[in-house]
Amino acid sequence: MEAKKTPLIRLIDVSKDYDGDVALEKVSLYIRDGEFLTLLGPSGCGKTTMLRLIAGFIMPSSGRIEMDGQDIAKIPPHRRAVNTVFQKYALFPHLNVFDNIAFGLKIKKVPKAEIVPRVERMLQLVNLEGYGKRYVDQLSGGQQQRVAIARALVNEPKILLLDEPLGALDLKLRQEMQHELKRMQKQLGITFIYVTHDQEEALTMSDIIVVMKDGVIQQIGTPTDIYNEPKNVFVADFIGESNIVAALMLDDYRLRMNGTSYRCVDKGFGKNTEVDVVVRPEDIDIVPSERARVMGVVQSALFMGVHYEVLVQCGDYEWTVHTTDKVQPGAQVGIHIPPEAIHVMKKTRNNNIFDCEVYPDDNEVYIDEVAFDCVSVEGFEGKEAAIVQINPADVQLVSPQDAKLTGACKACLFLGTHYEVTVSCAENDWIAYAPDLYEDGEEVGILVDADKLHLSHAEKDAEEEP
Amino acid sequence: MVKRRIFPVLRGLFLGAMLLFLYAPILMLIVYSFNDSKNLGTWQGFTLRWYADLFLDRTILRSLWVTVSIAGLSSVTATVLGTAGAIGIHSMRKRARGAIEGVSQLPMINPDLVTGISLMLLFVAVGLKDGYVRMLLAHITFNLPYVIFSVMPRLRRSSNLLYEAALDLGCTPAQALWRVIIPDIWPGILSGFILAFTLSLDDFVISLFVGKSVNNLSMYIFSSAKRGVNPAISTLLFVPVVTLLLIVNLRAIRKEREEEAQSRKVRRKR
Repeated sequence: MEAKKTPLIRLIDVSKDYDGDVALEKVSLYIRDGEFLTLLGPSGCGKTTMLRLIAGFIMPSSGRIEMDGQDIAKIPPHRRAVNTVFQKYALFPHLNVFDNIAFGLKIKKVPKAEIVPRVERMLQLVNLEGYGKRYVDQLSGGQQQRVAIARALVNEPKILLLDEPLGALDLKLRQEMQHELKRMQKQLGITFIYVTHDQEEALTMSDIIVVMKDGVIQQIGTPTDIYNEPKNVFVADFIGESNIVAALMLDDYRLRMNGTSYRCVDKGFGKNTEVDVVVRPEDIDIVPSERARVMGVVQSALFMGVHYEVLVQCGDYEWTVHTTDKVQPGAQVGIHIPPEAIHVMKKTRNNNIFDCEVYPDDNEVYIDEVAFDCVSVEGFEGKEAAIVQINPADVQLVSPQDAKLTGACKACLFLGTHYEVTVSCAENDWIAYAPDLYEDGEEVGILVDADKLHLSHAEKDAEEEP
Repeated sequence: MVKRRIFPVLRGLFLGAMLLFLYAPILMLIVYSFNDSKNLGTWQGFTLRWYADLFLDRTILRSLWVTVSIAGLSSVTATVLGTAGAIGIHSMRKRARGAIEGVSQLPMINPDLVTGISLMLLFVAVGLKDGYVRMLLAHITFNLPYVIFSVMPRLRRSSNLLYEAALDLGCTPAQALWRVIIPDIWPGILSGFILAFTLSLDDFVISLFVGKSVNNLSMYIFSSAKRGVNPAISTLLFVPVVTLLLIVNLRAIRKEREEEAQSRKVRRKR
């Protein structure tokens, strides 16, 4: 445990873009010796890019990657003390299991007398004794997975990188392998960097979880930290199930959400500040309605094995509650939220603020190279670049053929009363509040009423708020 | 229930007719190469005279040597260049890759006549006079696309991750190529080589245009056809080609059987 103090690898302001597409943006992170660190996030969040940077398959556009204090950003992969377990295993089909595992040692010209026992020891570690003579295509998926791990570990790397290594396995095998990986990591004391999009996997295996989104680190912390104290709405929604509510911080330890005031354990946000609140479904108690301040009607109760997932409609807001008590749909129940169940986060939801071009003569504004009608163009004479601001509630999502501007849905977050939908268009990501769920990748059209565009002059030195 | 008995018979008949149609001409030739008569139509008894003649005629032997050596050299060269080219094309960016792959395979549909004439003009313009070298270069040229054509699918099936895995395990890029990529695409390289070899053995039109005074076997047969062809030559050409094809096919069949057996084993285990 003493060794855990020293950072083994350190990423400093690392960015990576592919022909202008940003995959990682100024990421800084350090990993200590012997840690099991997980990079967690949805696909396209930059987690695999980060792994490939550490492996050396790609080079950062800017920033430093340090290992034991030395910059390794430009060192090719074959000279790094790092080995990778690939997503689809990438075992060599022309070699048998033994030769696959021995490959790295042979390349390093390790004497033959030493290779045999080392490979045998690895086969034992991954529970594949006696499989050395088999060819890769004679193995099941789980066995191939073990060979891939053995092939990487036999080189005794300082760091083992694992790129969604369990993604192709079925649930039961995956759970078994999770335990085995954890066991191997403890036994060997090697630093593991593990990439996954599966939050359960991350929570069970990791010492440290790094939650990522759009090439930016959202939160770094232990599994308990991340689960209990999510830093923002994205983390809360991505890790576990959650009720996310817009709330008003009335004072320290007091807030109001959905029209009711609650006591909470957070302070320091300032009086009358808008915040987001996360309440985990298992932290909410269902109580008899006569004893509760908040009442609602049970919409549905779904048996999940250990608990019931109950949806309770309280006014506009629909609470998700996990409880072991059986309640009937249609029943009137009370809801109790204890103060320590309320996690307050800084409000991160942003407005739509885009660059645009104003054509006052036609009462038109061009955003994302598409013309929008706009009534208030006073103060603009002739074509001019400007900044437009649109409230997410005023952005209407329609079917793609009904709008000039279309984009793909990138994220859809349920906020109790509505969904917050992020739509990725040509240049900008639009945020809209919608009553319905949109699937990731779904094409949608965007409409904005002519009186809902708020224009302001573009300042030369205007800086976008991060 | 009569149907059940009739269908296999019909199927056999059809297959037989097809094989007969395909192989009757060459069988005729083989049979008559042992016929003791100059006239192809009449059987006058068994002889090995034609084969004896073959090995006594120095022109024939020389043209046979030209054919075999050109086939060997050109197919080996084309295989090396074509494999390197295919790997290069494969690692290009998507757009360039499509374009170059298309261009590299265009010569395959180019008529031999056009290829022959254009190569001849090129050699004349460059001032290359040696007929043997001309023929060798021409054969390498027309073999190249076929090698690329048979290596590309294999590369596409192979995972790019294999290369990265090799680097990850300590290979330099060159080592990764020799120890991982080449072994993985080896079947494609081999079939490209065999294709190139047989195409080169077979070529007549292009050789005729570029060969000048150097004759390969097919050119010799063509020029002596008016005087009556020695039937033994064709037999001699046919036998190695059939042997080669049999080797290739048998290998493929055996491999398939093995794979089937293996996958069955794995399935049973689960």
